[in-house]
Amino acid sequence: MLWEIDLHGREGLPDRESQNVSADIAALGLAENVTVAAASGFLVQGAELTRDRVERLAKELFADTVTETAVVAQVGDPVLTTPPSASDCSLKRPVQTGARADRDPQLVQILLKPGVMDPVAQSAEAAIRDFGWNVDAVRTLRKYWLADATDTEVCAIGQELLANDAIEQVILGALPFDRLQSGGQYRFELRTVPIRDLDDAGLMRLSKEGQLYLQLEEMRTIQRFFASAACGLAPPGRDPTDVELETIAQTWSEHCSHKTLAGRIAYRDERGERQFENMLKETIFAATEQLRKQWGDDDWCVSVFKDNAGIVRFDDHFNIAFKVETHNHPSALEPYGGANTGLGGVIRDTIGTGLGAKPICNTDVFCFAPPDTPHDLLPEGVVHPKLVMRGVVEGVRDYGNRMGIPTVNGAVFFDPRYLGNPLVYCGNVGLIPRDKSFKEPQAGDLIVAVGGRTGRDGIHGATFSSAELTHESESLSGGAVQIGNAIEEKKVLDVILAARDRGLFTAITDCGAGGFSSAVGEMGEKIGAEVHLDRAPVKYAGLSYTEIWISEAQERMVLSVPDDKWPELEQLCASEGVEATAIGRFEPTGRLVLKYMGETVGDLPMSFLHEGRPPVVRRATFTPRKKGTGVFYDSRASTESTPPVAKDSRPLFLHDYTPDLLAILSSLNVASKESIIRQYDHEVQGGSVIKPLVGVASDGPSDAAVVRPVLSSRRGIVISNGMNPRYGDHDPYHMAASAIDEAVRNCVAVGADPARIAILDNFCWGDCERPETLGALVRAALACHDLSLALETPFISGKDSLNNEFSYIPLPRREGQGEGLSSAEKRTIAIPPSLLISALGQIADVNRCVTMDLKAAGNLLYLVGETKNELGGSHFALINNLDGGQVPTVDPPRAKATFAAVHRALQSGLVAACHDLSEGGLAASIAEMAFAGGFGADLNLDGVPVPAACGLAPAVKLFSESNTRFLCEIAPEHAADFESKFASIPIAQIGAVRDSAQLTIKSNNRALISANINALKESWQHPLRF
Amino acid sequence: MPPRVLILRAPGSNCDEETAFAFERAGARAERVHLNRWLESPQLAADYQILCLPGGFSYGDDLGSGRIFANQFRHHLAESLAAFRDAGKLILGICNGFQILIKSGLLDSDDAAGAGATLTWNASGRFIDRWVHLQVAGDRCVFFKNIDRMHLPIAHAEGQFIGRDEPTLDRLDQNGQLVLRYTPPSAACGLAPPPFNPNGAARNVAGMCDATGRVLGLMPHPERFIDRTHHPQWTRLPPFDEGDGLRLFRNAVQYFA
Repeated sequence: MLWEIDLHGREGLPDRESQNVSADIAALGLAENVTVAAASGFLVQGAELTRDRVERLAKELFADTVTETAVVAQVGDPVLTTPPSASDCSLKRPVQTGARADRDPQLVQILLKPGVMDPVAQSAEAAIRDFGWNVDAVRTLRKYWLADATDTEVCAIGQELLANDAIEQVILGALPFDRLQSGGQYRFELRTVPIRDLDDAGLMRLSKEGQLYLQLEEMRTIQRFFASAACGLAPPGRDPTDVELETIAQTWSEHCSHKTLAGRIAYRDERGERQFENMLKETIFAATEQLRKQWGDDDWCVSVFKDNAGIVRFDDHFNIAFKVETHNHPSALEPYGGANTGLGGVIRDTIGTGLGAKPICNTDVFCFAPPDTPHDLLPEGVVHPKLVMRGVVEGVRDYGNRMGIPTVNGAVFFDPRYLGNPLVYCGNVGLIPRDKSFKEPQAGDLIVAVGGRTGRDGIHGATFSSAELTHESESLSGGAVQIGNAIEEKKVLDVILAARDRGLFTAITDCGAGGFSSAVGEMGEKIGAEVHLDRAPVKYAGLSYTEIWISEAQERMVLSVPDDKWPELEQLCASEGVEATAIGRFEPTGRLVLKYMGETVGDLPMSFLHEGRPPVVRRATFTPRKKGTGVFYDSRASTESTPPVAKDSRPLFLHDYTPDLLAILSSLNVASKESIIRQYDHEVQGGSVIKPLVGVASDGPSDAAVVRPVLSSRRGIVISNGMNPRYGDHDPYHMAASAIDEAVRNCVAVGADPARIAILDNFCWGDCERPETLGALVRAALACHDLSLALETPFISGKDSLNNEFSYIPLPRREGQGEGLSSAEKRTIAIPPSLLISALGQIADVNRCVTMDLKAAGNLLYLVGETKNELGGSHFALINNLDGGQVPTVDPPRAKATFAAVHRALQSGLVAACHDLSEGGLAASIAEMAFAGGFGADLNLDGVPVPAACGLAPAVKLFSESNTRFLCEIAPEHAADFESKFASIPIAQIGAVRDSAQLTIKSNNRALISANINALKESWQHPLRF
Repeated sequence: MPPRVLILRAPGSNCDEETAFAFERAGARAERVHLNRWLESPQLAADYQILCLPGGFSYGDDLGSGRIFANQFRHHLAESLAAFRDAGKLILGICNGFQILIKSGLLDSDDAAGAGATLTWNASGRFIDRWVHLQVAGDRCVFFKNIDRMHLPIAHAEGQFIGRDEPTLDRLDQNGQLVLRYTPPSAACGLAPPPFNPNGAARNVAGMCDATGRVLGLMPHPERFIDRTHHPQWTRLPPFDEGDGLRLFRNAVQYFA
């Protein structure tokens, strides 16, 4: 019997959901003046569920009787299609039977597609059983009644706003079924893939249609392997089984093997040619290696570039692990689920580091197209950037908050080139006991799966994320979307930490991209493994052995467990309701053997999996100031002239720069992200020291976050980031150098010791088969190497995501028009080169931390560091539509000395406030300090330190984004002491804090900027207030 | 003998460690215990003087905040809980703990007509993390002895206190149960963004107690203001020793002195 329980908002209470949907319909231009009523519902099926029982469930489980009324009926009952009684009267016109008028009220119901993870339904099933009654299945649904919309509008609203086709289905009118199906039966059949006789075209067809996304040379290597005796099974030469092919494809995917950046690259730039055998190893890794050698006994790196996260020393008892991942392609298709599992995945990375780290804080950085992109300019298959932004923000929020991990730092960037391919970087820091920082699976250990069950979700995530997105991706790769269940992961975390402390396992890793295939393949690489796929618990019947093996269902960890510890682990997991299942054993055979119901379905040597892939050989070129090719690619003038050339007729050297400052503060990259920040719990775990928003009204932008991970200790960690895709359009070397400088100076600005900052790289790039795209990446990696060495700031982990491009055919959406178009009409949008540098700093005593808000009138303002003529890529150039110019550079030895000097000053307690200079330069920085502190300030630009014999225009002094600069607030009595810390570094007192609400910046006795701090704050706050 | 505190955790609880730390700081002995252990042995709570339900997202808050946890109480532990309260012991629910308490009927807000009050979605419809100013109303609740005002953070999505109707709210108000209210900042403290009531709560209610004053539920997080450096403006304030939140935990400990 299929019952439905609908929850309607109680009359007299505000109906938020309906109001939001109405507002979205208008904002996205889907229809005008549509009236909406919304409700949520549950479908409940079970032989024991009588009407009385379902009504009791409605009252005691599903409805909050203070705020909701429940409608209980069997599916098919017309009461279920009747709008809520509290809804608008225009919805109450009788629904016509037969000849419907076009604008009559219509019911739109949204259900998850079968097989898509539904954590709420799972919880409901368990909660119903707690009443003592059996239940077969529960599903959730959402219902919307729309009045005064045409049929076409109703369809558009359903498909583009209310439902996401990747995971949900839209049903117009009553539900067309009266029972819930839960998975079909699976009949085992061993499938082999004929590969030996294929020609090159056939191999590539197999690669594409099988969603393997391997290259020709890789397909040929596989073909040769199976044609030879090396494949190990008699008789020599056979066809691979489907699961073998999938295992290879997934292990060799860009996502899992990073084959491009760790491959051979012939690089050429203006200085000549360079050959890399392994690009990452010879640049970024090499720098860390050299630093560790240099440090000798003082080496504070613990584990770099080999585990799921990098590990550095923290104190006598603990180390700290840090990892940042991306989840771009899943977030493009289904922003909420993609971002949700993006954070869930990186949290599992730290849980799966060493013998298990405890996650202590999250970071997130997002890149979107502008949220006001007109709806009719969207290519087909693209989710509107406003909905992408909302979904991503909420997806990350709901995972982090539910896990009880504070999200303490982040950033959001906007650029039209992120339109079909948003970027979602999620990071996690973990605390791990020093003696639990390494793992070593032992031959003979059981392979134990812990956590969520395996379902059809996320099939082909690893190979899909290595492919380019197209307008068809939504339908082709819907299975690649995963839905998270944070509470499952929290339960897993709780038992893993307890098991770690009891020593119940020898190794652990997470099931990420590639699922069991990747996790078991990695752990057993040096041993061998035998897995019985039929033993893995599944969410529903009908999964094939291959699906079980490559599923990317979330919240699963794989442990290596000695036989004698298994009973205790099993009991521990059971005691907290976590499923743990032995699915195989690490057998010392050097082979990966897969079985299903006793039959061998796969048998591959580990050596072929991990060492058999032919090296990727790529060409990379970099030509300074090369123009881009994407349609939205902003062509940059190739002129060397500085300052930038104005594209419009407006004179560059104005007398009043106040409007420029206001415009910079209002530009989306700079504007306050408070509406996002406050949705994230940044204080859970009780160690918050410096919050993301600081100042007298807790709304100023903090440079970095500080957290005390051990509540009984005063030692803190500092988290910050640096990124500026705009600089990459000028020169990726300087972009990377600037990002590193920014991440480090943000850390130093709140008190971190610059000698203990570790950093991560995350490269998100376009298609690196284009030599110039890869060339830009290599150039950025060279900067990472140089800066890391010079600043003695080691990279400890990193990740790359290539192929961040979106292809589409730019035609109005008409049926049948997609066919027969020549490929010349395909358009591609490549993202700008996007390198995120994430920094993990440390501070010995958090009482020494400093925030950026001005503290007291009469204090002096010092500018630390030199201002150069560097307006290229600046926000001043952005808002004035200027082109060309010199992009900010870094002078590494001076940067190192400056960071050390600033740190000495902060440690000595001489600094009342400290803020770094970045987007918008000096003017934006003092504006933020002033309105955050609630004080005005007077600045005089005449004393701004500039390179010798170089006079700079006022606009440059105000807005140049030169690196390694800080603005410090110093009490007059500390001035001399403060100055003494900067013997060899240019600093100057350029102003003072005033007991007023006015910010004034002068040069040559002429006011260049004069503004009320509340007006400045408002211009900074309003753009992204929602 | 310091009182023993049972910090009851369940799938999705996540403020249990810092809450235990706060109780220890206040002089208690705190133990974190999984709800499954109590369900296995209902006698378990008898050894403790204070029961604390910490913040988090118990069971994902999947069917409304605290609902599934509250049903576990109603279905399996009603007698143990009644015995605990009748023995003159203390029960504290913070954030999700408050949601659990109000939905399990332990705050004496229900009557013959059903649930009298609930915690529902914030008026903004979104999760909010920010600091709020609080005023203690009346002297019914032992946790607020000698406390007049507090400054604490909230971090919740479903924290809007609302009553079934005005008479029900009047009854709870007259009983002195609506003990903690959001309030405008006093002149002495920093600016705070309006409105001072962060979630639209009826009568500005941030916390309520039962008829005995020994069972308290509150949305703000006292365990997040123990240390001076927890305060959002600590870098601009003259040094002080400890946070407002610690006083609440001390009162709980002192009650058994």
